[in-house]
Amino acid sequence: MAEKIRIQTPLTEEMSRKLKAGDSVLISGIIYSARDAAHKVMTEALARGEKLPIDWHNQIVYYLGPTPAKPGDPIGSAGPTTSGRMDAYTPTMLDQGIKGMIGKGSRKPEVVESMKKNGTTYFAAVGGAAALIAKSVKKYEVIAYPELGPEALAALTVEDFPAIVVIDTEGNNFYEIGQKPYREI
Amino acid sequence: MRNIKTEEITEVVAQLCKEAAYYLPDDVYEALKKGRATEKSPVGCDVLDQIIKNAEIAKAEDRPYCQDTGLTIVFVEIGQEVHIEGGLMEDAINDGIAKGYTEGYLRKSVVGEPLFNRVNTKDNTPGVIYTQLVAGDKLKITVAPKGFGSENNSGLEMLVPAEGVEGVKAAVMRIIKHADCNPCPPMVVGIGVGGTMDKAAYMSKKALLHRCDEHNPDPNYAKPEKDLFEMINKTGIGPQLGGTTTTLAVHVEWGPTHIAGLPVAVTICCHACRHASRTL
Repeated sequence: MAEKIRIQTPLTEEMSRKLKAGDSVLISGIIYSARDAAHKVMTEALARGEKLPIDWHNQIVYYLGPTPAKPGDPIGSAGPTTSGRMDAYTPTMLDQGIKGMIGKGSRKPEVVESMKKNGTTYFAAVGGAAALIAKSVKKYEVIAYPELGPEALAALTVEDFPAIVVIDTEGNNFYEIGQKPYREI
Repeated sequence: MRNIKTEEITEVVAQLCKEAAYYLPDDVYEALKKGRATEKSPVGCDVLDQIIKNAEIAKAEDRPYCQDTGLTIVFVEIGQEVHIEGGLMEDAINDGIAKGYTEGYLRKSVVGEPLFNRVNTKDNTPGVIYTQLVAGDKLKITVAPKGFGSENNSGLEMLVPAEGVEGVKAAVMRIIKHADCNPCPPMVVGIGVGGTMDKAAYMSKKALLHRCDEHNPDPNYAKPEKDLFEMINKTGIGPQLGGTTTTLAVHVEWGPTHIAGLPVAVTICCHACRHASRTL
């Protein structure tokens, strides 16, 4: 594997646009978790003209609903959930300034178009490697929507969170690139 | 007649929920190692290394293997000579799920109603419970939590008998290719052939309980299992980011069906093919 690229949040558009599909990265700093229910609540709030609980400018969203932390741990198991379920909300959210998304699985063309426009990178973490990924999470703090339980909006302090760029700001897709040499049927 | 107390069922189900969430079955772990040894993609190797390490951490530290600790599927084989004492068996099982998911720090992922009021039930109940009446005086409980990243990629086709085994294989491949990288491969593929639409789906779930290193005892079915295993591993999907390890095992369960029908159901399970059993 090539050298891993270190990313410190917040992620600027300039840095995001330098990342290429297939790059391995280690992310440190604060990232924000939100999944289905939080996305629904946030886009509904935007539609009503309300402000969101955090300023998403230059931030990274992690599609995550962790298991509860055991006593003494910052977080339980914490792997990515399927990003595609967020697609309906994503262009609206990217217009809020989000520069990175971490999840797993494919995205719709309209999401990729919005990524190109906004300079947003889509990262994949290894689906199902939740106990391992949790090791890079140092702090988990619910910021809003606590009533959503594991779906609450939370701030995660991470150190060397492992991910790979799957769709870059030019729309190159590593899911396609990575499969091609091994596709026989 | 043998009496089994509901308290005992609750306790065993709670324990099995935790075991299933923390400890990947040995045969799945070995299949991952085998996949890693033959994987051709460097990125695929890296992904498999992370998945294998994850299994080891989860087991050593009693942590959920995946944060999606699933909708709890419970298969119960109840001997005809068993008498359940102290209440309803289904309540005892759901009490066990609530206990296990709470005590075990597992994620509660169930909403009480699917469409208009998606509110979390906060204890992962109710489970999906399948009960089968069998001979004897034993009670076998299998807890198989099912993550929905993979469940959402499962599918079913109602074929016509003329399509035969080639039609079945083609239907499975359509479902796998449509699923693509999304169900957290490498996946375990459960296939139900025959029965009715619902029976085929049930059989495809049960098929996931077979060991990864086990093949169909009926050579007529072992052959398409082997063919599909090879075909799926040639799709390039690989361990999420491309490669040659797309599936760890393919299992077929079949049942009698109607003269006019050939239902085929495919349950895709991610590499977290979790299940734990106990016989009382």
